[in-house]
Amino acid sequence: MRVLMFGWEFPPHISGGLGTASYGLTKGIVSLKDTEVIFVVPKAWGDEDQSAVRLIGANNIPVAYRRVYYHGLKREITTYEVQSEIIPYTDPEEFWKLTKKREELQKSILVHTNQEGKIDFTGRYNGNLLDEIYKYSIVAAVLASELEFDIIHAHDWLAYPAGISAMEVSGKPLVIHVHATEFDRSGGNVNPDVYNIEKRGMDAAAKIITVSNRTRDIVISKYNINPEKVETVYNAVEPVDVAEHLHVRKGFDEKVVTFLGRITLQKGPEYFIEVANKVLKKMKNVRFVMAGSGDLMERMIRRAASLKITDRLHFTGFLRGKDVFTMLAMSDVYIMPSVSEPFGISPLEAMMSNVPVIISKQSGVAEILKHAVKVDFWDIDAMADAIYGILTYPALSGEFIKNGRDEVIRIRWENSARHVRQIYEEVISKHKQ
Amino acid sequence: MSAAAKKAICFFFEVHQPFRLKRYRFFDLGIDHYYYDDYTNESIMRKVAERCYLPANNIILDLISKNKNKFKVSFSITGIALDQFRLYAPEVIDSFKRLAETGCVEFLAETEAHSLASLSNRAEFERQVNNHRQLIKEYFGIEPQVFRNTEMIYSDQIGSWVADMGFKAVLTEGAKHVLGWKSPNYLYCNTINPRLKVLLRNFVLSDDIAFRFSNRTWNEWPLTADKYASWINKLAPKSEIINIFIDYETFGEHNPKESGIFDFLYHLPAAIMKRTPFKFMTPSEVANNLQPVAAINIPTPISWADEERDLTAWLGNELQNAAFEKLYELTDRVNKCEYEQIKKDWTYLQASDHFYYMCTKFFSDGIVHAYFNPYESPYEAFMNYMNILSDFEIRINRMCPATEHEIEILKYDSQLRAQDEIIAKQAKEIETLKKKLEKLSGKKTKASSKKETKEKAEKKVKTKQKKSKTGEKSLVELAAEVVKKTKLKKSESKGKKATSRKTAGKASKKKTSSAKSKK
Repeated sequence: MRVLMFGWEFPPHISGGLGTASYGLTKGIVSLKDTEVIFVVPKAWGDEDQSAVRLIGANNIPVAYRRVYYHGLKREITTYEVQSEIIPYTDPEEFWKLTKKREELQKSILVHTNQEGKIDFTGRYNGNLLDEIYKYSIVAAVLASELEFDIIHAHDWLAYPAGISAMEVSGKPLVIHVHATEFDRSGGNVNPDVYNIEKRGMDAAAKIITVSNRTRDIVISKYNINPEKVETVYNAVEPVDVAEHLHVRKGFDEKVVTFLGRITLQKGPEYFIEVANKVLKKMKNVRFVMAGSGDLMERMIRRAASLKITDRLHFTGFLRGKDVFTMLAMSDVYIMPSVSEPFGISPLEAMMSNVPVIISKQSGVAEILKHAVKVDFWDIDAMADAIYGILTYPALSGEFIKNGRDEVIRIRWENSARHVRQIYEEVISKHKQ
Repeated sequence: MSAAAKKAICFFFEVHQPFRLKRYRFFDLGIDHYYYDDYTNESIMRKVAERCYLPANNIILDLISKNKNKFKVSFSITGIALDQFRLYAPEVIDSFKRLAETGCVEFLAETEAHSLASLSNRAEFERQVNNHRQLIKEYFGIEPQVFRNTEMIYSDQIGSWVADMGFKAVLTEGAKHVLGWKSPNYLYCNTINPRLKVLLRNFVLSDDIAFRFSNRTWNEWPLTADKYASWINKLAPKSEIINIFIDYETFGEHNPKESGIFDFLYHLPAAIMKRTPFKFMTPSEVANNLQPVAAINIPTPISWADEERDLTAWLGNELQNAAFEKLYELTDRVNKCEYEQIKKDWTYLQASDHFYYMCTKFFSDGIVHAYFNPYESPYEAFMNYMNILSDFEIRINRMCPATEHEIEILKYDSQLRAQDEIIAKQAKEIETLKKKLEKLSGKKTKASSKKETKEKAEKKVKTKQKKSKTGEKSLVELAAEVVKKTKLKKSESKGKKATSRKTAGKASKKKTSSAKSKK
C-alpha cells in the first residue's frame, strides 16, 4: 500500500506538536508491513532548507525533491518540498502578523537596502496566504498525476486543499487528519475562510481521523459531519532514553514548575502566571519557567512584571532540540493549562522524562491519561493546590513519576499507526466497491 | 567684580559606556556567574575610543594650548567607563590625564555606576557618589566640586542631598515644563538649600550639535562654528550663561568624522571668543563668579532624556519598575557583603542603561534608545536582566546570608556537603580497593607475600568503612542540631522556615541511610 501524505512540517523543522505527530505517525506506518509513504511538505521557513534549492537549481520550479533516510528503518520515506510561504499553525490573521514581523526585522537590519519586492507584499497577506494554499494544491495535483499511490492522507487545514486536488486528479480516496480545528486555534473567534477550507476538506474526505474524542465532537457538532465518518486515533510519543538527560546540572535549590509551549491564547499562559503568583505567596523555594514564544509572550511578561514575580518566573524564549529535554530534566512539575487542546503530546514527553504532569480537562490527552492531575484550565486554585502538593510531598510526586512512566511507555506510535492502517484498508475496500 | 558684566559659556560632556550583558539563560542560573559580553564591550569601547574619545581629546588639548587657557570644558566620566578604559583602552585615561594637567578641564562627580540610585535610596546614592569622588581624585588628582546626576536626573530633594555632601553646584536639564517662562540662560539655585547653584542645560543649542548637526533635512544644515556663534551672540543681551551639555560620543560617533563635527569643534572656541561676549568657564568657576537670579522649583525629578525630559526612559513601564524594585531590594544585603566580585557586579548591574534598553516608547527617541543597544526588543532586555538578577540573588544568598540563623544553617549545610564529598570519595576508594582485591584473588598465586598484601588491603577496606560510618554519625548529629535550632526559632519568617525544612528533610534522609548501614 502506498500513501501520498500532505503535511506542512517535517523534522528537523518543526514548530509544534503537529510536526512531531505527523513524523511519529509516519514512522509508525512505514514500520508496518507493505506500507509506503510519500510525504509532501510546503517549505516552511525557507532559510534552513537550502538543500531543496540546491538540488533543483531553478527558482521557477515549484517542486523540490529530496530523499530522507531514517535511522532504524530499512525503507525510505520520500519527502517532497514545495516552495511556499505557508507557516504551520497559522490563520490568516496570525500569518499577517508573522510575515509583518519578519519584514520589520529585515527592515531594521537592512535599513539602506531597497527591498521593493517586500514592500509590494505589504497589505496583501490575507490574499497571499490563500494564494499559497492554492499554489500548494496545484503542486499537489501535479504530483498526484505523476505518482502512483493508493490513498491520500492530508494533515490539518492548510493541506486539505492539496489533498482534495490530489483526490480529484487521481480519483483515489482521501483521508484527512484533524490535529486541530479553527475553534481550538482561535478560541471561538472563528475565521470564516479557514472554516470553509476545513469544512470542504471534511466533506470531501472518505474518512476523518481526529486526535481525540474532544476534537471528534467538535468536528461532528460544529462542522455537521456524519459521526460514522469520524474516528479517533490518539497520538503517541517517541520513547526517550532518560538516562541521557539525567546529568543536567541545576545551579539552584528551588523546585521548578514548567510551562512549555507556544505562548498563545489556546495554551492558556495567563492561567499559568496567575497560578505562579498564587503558589509563590505560599512557598518561596520554587521557580516557574515559561518556555516558548508566541504572540502573547510580551503581554505575559508585562503581567508577571506587574505582579512583581519576575524574580521567580523566568522566560526562556523558544527552546530548540536538546534544550527541551534539559528543561524537562530540570523540572519538578509540568503544567499544561490549555484552554483548548485537541491532543497535547508534550505532557507525554514530560512523563517520559520522569516529570509529574498537571493537564487541563480541556485537552485530548486527558482522555487517555490516568496518572496525571486533571483540572479545568480556569481553576487556578486547583492547579495551585496540585503544584503545592506535588512539590511538598515527595511520596506524591514519586507515585506520579513511577506510574506515569509505566503508563506513557505503553502509548506507542506503532499502535496509532496500526489503527490508521486499518482505516486505510477500510477506506480502500469501500472505495473499490 | 560686578557679576552682571560677566557672561559665561559652559561646556560639559558626558562620558559613559555600560558593561553590556551577555545572553544569560535560565539554564545558567546558579552555575554561571559571569554576566558580561566581553566581545561586544571591548569592540564597542575600542571603536568609540578610536573614533571619538582619542581624537576629540586631542583636539580639545590642542585648543586649550592654542587659546592660552581661555578655552575650558568639563567632563563627567562614570566609574564604569573608567573601568572599561582600564580594561580595553588605557590610552584614553592617559589622554584625559593630560587634559586634567592643563587646569582648564573640570571633572564632575556623579554616581559611580551611572545608576538610578538617587531615585531609590539616599544612603546608597551617597555611597556611590563618594566612591566616584574618590575615583576621580585618584585618577586626575582633583576632588570634584560640582555634581551632575545620571542623565541629568534632578529634583529639589536630590539637590539638597548633593548640597549636604558639600558640592557647590549641580547640572541639570533646562526642561521647559519646569522653567515655564523662565530662561535657562541664568544661574539658579536649589529651593531647599540655596547655597547649591543649579546650572540648566540650554537644550536647543545643545541638541543643535548633538542631534541635528549631521541631519541634512534640517533647514540650518550645514552648521558652521560662525553660524553657531552668531546664534549665541543673539542671546547675549538677555543671558548670563549658556550651558551646552552633551554626550561626548556626539563627536565622531553619533556624528561621524565625515560630517565635519571635528572641524566644527576645532573652530568653535575662536568663533565664540571673537563674536560673542561670553567667556568659557568650568561649572565651578560659574558657581564662584555668577550670582543666581532665583531658586528653581523642581519637585518631581527631571532628566535630559527623550521628549518628556522625565524618568519614563528608565522607569516608564511595568518591566522597568519591576526590575528596578527587585534590584534595589538587594541594597542592604549587598552592603553587608564583603566579596569584591559581588560589589563589582552590584555596581555594573545598576547602570541605568539596562533599564533604558527595556523602554517601550518608540517614538521620536527610538533612534537614541537604539545607540549601542544589544537587544532586539525591550522584552528580551528584561528577560535577560531578570535572569542575571536572579543569579545574583542566588549568589548573595549563598555567600552573604541575611540573618545569623541563616548563617548557621549555611554553615551546617556546607559541613554536610563537605562530609558528603568525603563519603563519596571514600566509597570510591573502597570500590577500587575491592577491585584490587578481586584481581589479587583472581590470580590465585600461592606466594605468601601476596597474601599479606591481600590482608593489608582488606584491613584498609575495613578501616575506610569504619571511617565513613563515623562520618555519617557526625552528620546525623549535625543535622539533629539544625533541626533543634529550627524548632526553637519557629516563630521566625517563612523564608527561613523553607530553608530549615529542607535541611531537616536532608537530615531525615541521612538518618534512614545510616540506620541501614548500621544493620
